[in-house]
Amino acid sequence: MATLTVERVSKSFGKVPVLHGIDLSVADGEMIVIVGASGCGKSTLLRIVAGLERATEGRIVISGADVTRLEPAERDIAMVFQNYALYPHMSVFENMSYGLRIRGVPKPEIARRVAQAAEMLGLSGLLERRPRELSGGQRQRVAMGRAIVREPKLFLFDEPLSNLDAKLRVAMRAEIKRLQRRLGVTSLFVTHDQVEAMTLGDRLVVMNQGRAAQVATPMEIFARPADTYVAGFIGSPAMNFLPATLTEGGLGARIADGPVVRFADGPRPGMAGRSLTLGVRPEHFALGGPLPLSPDLVEPLGSETVVHGRLPSGQEITLRLPGAPPGHGTIGIGIRPEHLHVFDGKTGLRLEAEPAIQPPPRVAA
Amino acid sequence: MRRKVIFPGTALPYLLLAPQLAITAVFFFWPAGEAVWYSFLRQDAFGISTQFVGLENFQDLFADPLYLQVVRNTLVFSVSVTAIAMSVALLLAVLADRHIRGRETYRTLLIWPYAVAPAVAAVLYIFLFHPNIGLFGRALNGMGVAWDYRLNGDQAMLVVVLAAAWKQVSYNFLFFLAGLQSIPRSVLEAAAIDGARPVRRFWTVVFPLLSPTTFFLLVINLTYAFFDTFGIIDALTKGGPANATQTLIYRAYIDGRVNLDLGSSSAQSVVLMVAVMVLTLFQFRFIERKVHY
Amino acid sequence: MPQAVPAIAAPDPAASEARRARADWITHGILVLGVVLFALPVWLVLVGSTHDAATIGRGEVPLLPGGHAAETYAAVWTQGDTRRAQVAVSTMMFNSAVMALLITIGKIAISIVSAYAVAFFSFPGRMLCFWAIFVTLMLPVEVRIFPTFQVVSDLGLVNTYTGLIVPLIASATATLLFRQFFLTIPDELVEAAKMDGAGPMRFFKDVVLPLSATNMAALFVILFVYGWNQYLWPLLITTSADVETIVIGIVKMIGAEADTEWNRVMATTVLALLPPVAVVILMQRWFVKGLVETEK
Repeated sequence: MATLTVERVSKSFGKVPVLHGIDLSVADGEMIVIVGASGCGKSTLLRIVAGLERATEGRIVISGADVTRLEPAERDIAMVFQNYALYPHMSVFENMSYGLRIRGVPKPEIARRVAQAAEMLGLSGLLERRPRELSGGQRQRVAMGRAIVREPKLFLFDEPLSNLDAKLRVAMRAEIKRLQRRLGVTSLFVTHDQVEAMTLGDRLVVMNQGRAAQVATPMEIFARPADTYVAGFIGSPAMNFLPATLTEGGLGARIADGPVVRFADGPRPGMAGRSLTLGVRPEHFALGGPLPLSPDLVEPLGSETVVHGRLPSGQEITLRLPGAPPGHGTIGIGIRPEHLHVFDGKTGLRLEAEPAIQPPPRVAA
Repeated sequence: MRRKVIFPGTALPYLLLAPQLAITAVFFFWPAGEAVWYSFLRQDAFGISTQFVGLENFQDLFADPLYLQVVRNTLVFSVSVTAIAMSVALLLAVLADRHIRGRETYRTLLIWPYAVAPAVAAVLYIFLFHPNIGLFGRALNGMGVAWDYRLNGDQAMLVVVLAAAWKQVSYNFLFFLAGLQSIPRSVLEAAAIDGARPVRRFWTVVFPLLSPTTFFLLVINLTYAFFDTFGIIDALTKGGPANATQTLIYRAYIDGRVNLDLGSSSAQSVVLMVAVMVLTLFQFRFIERKVHY
Repeated sequence: MPQAVPAIAAPDPAASEARRARADWITHGILVLGVVLFALPVWLVLVGSTHDAATIGRGEVPLLPGGHAAETYAAVWTQGDTRRAQVAVSTMMFNSAVMALLITIGKIAISIVSAYAVAFFSFPGRMLCFWAIFVTLMLPVEVRIFPTFQVVSDLGLVNTYTGLIVPLIASATATLLFRQFFLTIPDELVEAAKMDGAGPMRFFKDVVLPLSATNMAALFVILFVYGWNQYLWPLLITTSADVETIVIGIVKMIGAEADTEWNRVMATTVLALLPPVAVVILMQRWFVKGLVETEK
């Protein structure tokens, strides 16, 4: 078993910087999900850990050993690729055992490990098949099996579920989670899908433009997003952002062209008039408040209703209400102060209440 | 275009390239360089002294009425071969692309001439057009036509053109067929629904969509007629009668191998190289998307 | 607004059915004509080769087989013709086969490794190497007949298999085809192999070669035909009967025509046709795919 440390890893392609000093420390057996929009550098980070890409600066340490200069094959890691990257001309057995054969593992040992992994993945009857004779889900399992038989220190997953259809994706997600728990292998999992990230990760790394915007547990990230990017990225429908200014004494915020909302958890620092961004999740509005919302689209989803509309200022708001749709016409809505997120209007960073009970565990850029 | 993911190392790729590069250097660049060099030299009749004569070999070449006739022959020959081979192939391909029974069989029966050597194709045509032992040759003479391609230059040209075109049809046929099959069915169906009858559909929809194939084949056929038909001419007419079927390649061979005229032969090689380069570059302007680096 | 409905003839199912049937008949008719015109000279030669020399020499053009097949074929196989040096067709066939196979295998082997180097490595002069190979497309042997002969002659390779084969082994076409194919091998496959611990040669042997099988089969057909059908180069390089190829042999047999043994020429022609035509027809599937892909 193994730990992984990423130390100040930076990467530029030519003059274009894609990673700006990433630090990350992964405990033994932990599953870390790196999530972010495309182009945020998440795959590059994974590939640097894999050794497929060289970091411009920084170190990769696996179980205390600096592997920064080692070839992928020398790092004792295994990777599951987005397109599975199965050898099309080899059988399932040959695909799974290729790495072991290259390493000169004795034949009986290869047979034992492949049989065990195949058993675990439900591939036992398919060992003689070629990849093209397999379904998408089966190919995915073979790719996993290839990683498992190696018994590596570290599993790397590069968006392995994105080529599967929605239903299979959910099933495979659960399966990967169970497998990872059972094998207890330290894992790094890259995805752009926030649901996948929330359900799979012990901790998440939310990446934005080459930086780790926040590293924390899924619930922590949901409850206390470190900045407006993280806040907007995690949660669906996305959080609403309203421009506002700090009121006298930092006790509340005046919404642009609107009422004042008092902070429930204490004052924020700064002079009156400080520019703020208020974040409100769609489910955290209350009906019957002072903000007049003109709905322009109502989506009844059965157990809940999503309402899209505008405030008189032109501000767009998305609202999630339990139960059936409200009646026609303008509805008055209010913000539930206990669920309000406050961010600095310029930097987008989270502003905690002054007498914070404990400092938020966040990694800001 | 290049691969993103590669292997490290420099010794290995050089090693892998060595055989190809060695052969290329010794048998391509060295002789091509020599051809260019010799084209500026002239040897005396006894091969004793050699002197630099600048462009004189080229001037002599283009002042030589025989060479100009050879250029004319080559153009007539190449254009005729290309026109016949392409139009016949297009007709057959369009028909073979129709949904009829036995399509695969027709294809097989139409592609095998690709495998026939140009020289062997010429021998086959002897048995068609020879005035004494050829099927058509005898028939023509029987009908009172004075047919003997060994004596009549125009008839000789006709026979070498037919033999050269015959061999090239299957190649064109395969490409036209592939081109036709790559036209999306939906486009044809849309044209049919628009009310276009088959013939009109062909000229307004199919033929324009085939134009990349047509253009590609145009260049390939000209190249073939220029350079790959030496065997046909050597086996059928040896360039005769009275040089009527001598092409550029044949002339270069005669001057270089038979007349041992070093300077002139080299100058001709240089002319031919320029011709190939023009044709090749012409062709790559159209496929550069595939070759772009 | 005036009506602008296109005037489409009132649909008449019977007429349109009849039209289609007629079109099908015309199609078959023309295609059969094409097939016959293609096959006619070969049929004449095949039939002619089963008659005796006198029949052909008299100018009778037989359209049906005669009874002299066995003796004619046996004679050419062991003896060739009687006028000249009497090179047996078996010898010429053997020479052609050696030349065609060595050219084919040589070209494929040399090209696949060069393409691998150009596609899978980065090294100084890579572009230069690629272009050096590429430019040879513009230097076919036909345009540098004399100087190439000089080089081969200076190297003492006239009348040798080496001189016949090696200068033809470099292949820009095959290299380009393989390179084109290598560019389509997914990056992830290469990365997976790296993870599995495969080095460049191991990857070449275990992954690239097996995946190239179809391309190699296609090239085999194209290059075998190319090799078997060589004419100008062997004509320059071979003056001795030991290395004479069959394509050259036939033309030499015809010679001055006056006393040509036409039936033997015909039998030899049939034999010369057989191997490349058989390869094309038997490997048609790969050949068609390969031809269209090579040239694109």
